[in-house]
Amino acid sequence: MNVQTKININGQDYEAEVEARTLLVHFIRDVVGLTGTKVGCDTSQCGSCTVHMDGVAVKACTVLAAQADGSCVTTIEGLGGDGDLHPLQDAFWAKHGLQCGFCTPGMIMATSKLLESNPSPTEEEIRHGLEGNFCRCTGYQNIVLAVGEASKEVAQ
Amino acid sequence: MTTRIFSSGIRRREDPRLITGRATYTDDVVLPGMAHAAILRSPHAHAKITSIDTSAAAAMDGVVAVYTGADVNAALAPVPCAWLLPESDLKTVDHLPVANDTVRYQGDAVAVVVAENRYAAEDALELIDVEYDPLPAVVDPEEAMGDGAPQLHEDAPNNQAFNWVMTGGEDSDEAFAGADVVVKERILHQRLIPNAMEPRSAVAQWSQAAGELTLWSTTQNPHIVRFLTSVVSGVPEHKVRVIAPEVGGGFGSKIPYYADEAIAVFCSMQTGRPVKWTATRSEGYQTTIHGRDHVEDVELAADGDGKIKGIRSTVYAGMGAYLSTAAPGIPTILHGLMYAGTYEIPSVKADVYGVFNNAVPVDAYRGAGRPEAIFLVERMVDKLANELDMDPVEVRRKNLIAAFEDGHDVATGLTYDSGDFATTLDMATERVCYDDLRQEQERLRGEGKYIGIGVTSYAEICGLGPSQVAGAIGFQGGLWEGAIVRFHPTGKVNVAVGTSPHGQGEETTFAQIVSDALGVEVDDVEVLHGDTDQTPMGWGTYGSRTTAVTGAALALATRKIKDKATQLAAHLLEAAVEDIDYEDGKFFVRGSPDQAKTIQDIALMANVAWDMPEGMEPGLEASTFYDPPNFTYPFGTHIAVVEVEKETGAVDLKRYVACDDCGPQINPMIVEGQVLGGVVQGIGPVLCEGAVYGDDGQLLTGSMLDYALPRADMFPEIETISNVTPSPHHPLGVKGVGETGTIASTITVYNAVMDALRPFGVDKVDMPLTPEKVWRAIHSNGKE
Repeated sequence: MNVQTKININGQDYEAEVEARTLLVHFIRDVVGLTGTKVGCDTSQCGSCTVHMDGVAVKACTVLAAQADGSCVTTIEGLGGDGDLHPLQDAFWAKHGLQCGFCTPGMIMATSKLLESNPSPTEEEIRHGLEGNFCRCTGYQNIVLAVGEASKEVAQ
Repeated sequence: MTTRIFSSGIRRREDPRLITGRATYTDDVVLPGMAHAAILRSPHAHAKITSIDTSAAAAMDGVVAVYTGADVNAALAPVPCAWLLPESDLKTVDHLPVANDTVRYQGDAVAVVVAENRYAAEDALELIDVEYDPLPAVVDPEEAMGDGAPQLHEDAPNNQAFNWVMTGGEDSDEAFAGADVVVKERILHQRLIPNAMEPRSAVAQWSQAAGELTLWSTTQNPHIVRFLTSVVSGVPEHKVRVIAPEVGGGFGSKIPYYADEAIAVFCSMQTGRPVKWTATRSEGYQTTIHGRDHVEDVELAADGDGKIKGIRSTVYAGMGAYLSTAAPGIPTILHGLMYAGTYEIPSVKADVYGVFNNAVPVDAYRGAGRPEAIFLVERMVDKLANELDMDPVEVRRKNLIAAFEDGHDVATGLTYDSGDFATTLDMATERVCYDDLRQEQERLRGEGKYIGIGVTSYAEICGLGPSQVAGAIGFQGGLWEGAIVRFHPTGKVNVAVGTSPHGQGEETTFAQIVSDALGVEVDDVEVLHGDTDQTPMGWGTYGSRTTAVTGAALALATRKIKDKATQLAAHLLEAAVEDIDYEDGKFFVRGSPDQAKTIQDIALMANVAWDMPEGMEPGLEASTFYDPPNFTYPFGTHIAVVEVEKETGAVDLKRYVACDDCGPQINPMIVEGQVLGGVVQGIGPVLCEGAVYGDDGQLLTGSMLDYALPRADMFPEIETISNVTPSPHHPLGVKGVGETGTIASTITVYNAVMDALRPFGVDKVDMPLTPEKVWRAIHSNGKE
């Protein structure tokens, strides 16, 4: 069964007829062609596919495109770009919060919502806040530092 | 330049594309007309295939083609093993890309579907009807060699893949017979799943008209993939281009040549269309190499004063169902040869059996044999300390190799390049106030609190390595590296290297090397890697070798550039070459720095070649192929402090100090990042990680839901300190740092937990040290 699906992604409407089972992450990657959102697992553990959907951080592998019909989605490409980095993007860069970069878009999308709900998190709160995202390269430490750094920036 | 760019923790130049989602990984590659492949995997660990019916799948809408082993194996050669250990009776069994009639592990490929899209390909897999006749399976490596065990390969009786024996120094039996004390232990290293965050993927594009193949691959070593793709597919090597675009972590798991890449190539050649295959995470768990899988019986002999006389082991190392690319070298060369650790140990012996078992093939996983070696040495040193009622640090000091700057022979036959093990031990113990910590431990025990301290002194072999040695130990390739430095007319620089970094940051550190040597801005240097058409031959990024070997090649290439630039500057300044001085990118006649020619001036003149010295070729470009004279040996001391909760068995990592010496650091921020990531990766198997198989060979930890990866909230802030002991043979003195954290941290935290459990009479719990296992150990022998 196919469904007509219209999703606003990073401020632009995308409309396509897709199979009803199409995952939001595949809509974003394969239909729209924005590949910054990553697929790192098949059980909703890794968090690499995290995007914002109507202002909420969601794992795009756990949402059907049809469920996102009519919604506004922000992906890493829409968060900030060259010359206009989100404070978290800049902090991940400054603090060496990434190595291979594969988990990074999901990490940034998840932690940007963390900072919205808790603008001045403690280290413990940041570590706890990362529980939905895996990183295998950094040992998390510089990600924690980056989120702490960005929180100062956001607070200003 | 006022601040030297070498040793500066500048921001990484690869990051802007990564933090904005603009990087291209293999699964992001989309080609016109591209089809998608999916691979049917055996649900059985060991079975005969009695029939396969693909007709329903082939008839499905959207399916382009369906292939079985009969189709694929007629076109592709078996997947080769590339580390043929000499004098080990190695059995190189055929590893067919798709099983013909027998499957030997859960995940063995059985059939392949090519379809218009991935959803259709996965659907069609479910329509393939395979009948199996299940056979008994065996997973435990020691059991697999026992009487009556199920046999995996006709050519490998008792499932023995090889037996490798290393003896070094004094006779082992004599050393042990003359010892005051012998401590023994059985050490188990569970299987680990590497879990690079990016699943493996391949995109193959065959052009029949041109006879050319392009393969995008999630590999750590594109040149090896080109070489082996040519061997397996029959496409001549010069017609194969392999591109490792952005690669999302590897940790060794993207070194091997996998059947899946060859299958994608086959599918593209058969269908005439580009074909993409990308593993799901769960598929990766069943097919991407695992690490470790050792059963070790270890003995250490010593005098009554704690002086070590010998160490020896019998190791059963699971190989999985087939020999992966480098598998035989991991539990042997990269393991046994490190049995001296950082100590003067006069007698060493290892008796290693590589064993086929019905499980995913095992290969190099971060540290690869060396974490197991340092674990073995450091566990036995702690047991010796306990046996003699000595402090573990005191025993270590008693046996440490004294500082050396240019070569020290150990009993395993290796010559360590440089070391100062006592200094890192001093630095780390001072950092934690070791003596105070021991008193605190004693005091807390009185309050019913149990903290434990683990201290590890480690050395590791990396910077692989001299090619002549590679040949002697059966590695079917070289281990040198190439680098090209090319100045353009505008003074901008391209560097091309044969290694293929995938998170380690060499686009930055290599630019720093060039900038430091030739005075160009870092941003004026672009480092090319990962594309066999753009880069010189190289053997890949693994074994902490990229900076150690390619970095050396690059440093030497910059010296060639400087030599030529000096000659050209002398010509332009009408002076003798020996009168030319160089400083910060400027060449000038000694005493006249205002009349300088910049490196950019020189680059322009070399490229336009209007006024060159007699006989000098145009261009400013240098190429170096560097074969290292020895390995490099980073080392250090790590200390962990844990608290074990008696009531629950929970282990809380309170503190972790890593003191490492990897020689001069090109970018300390990146070095620290490697240490931090490595430490956490090494602690995973102590606290939570492990692949679990049922006795029937079913992978019970078959998804990320079931396999316990380390999470951010398990760790305190890890403290890093460092010392600098240059390698005497590396042009920049650097050693490599990619694996030190993993090599040291597993045993450091393990020993800390065992130290905490001493009051309960517990000195062994098999990893991972889950609360349940620790609680049972505490409450099992009535000593609480």
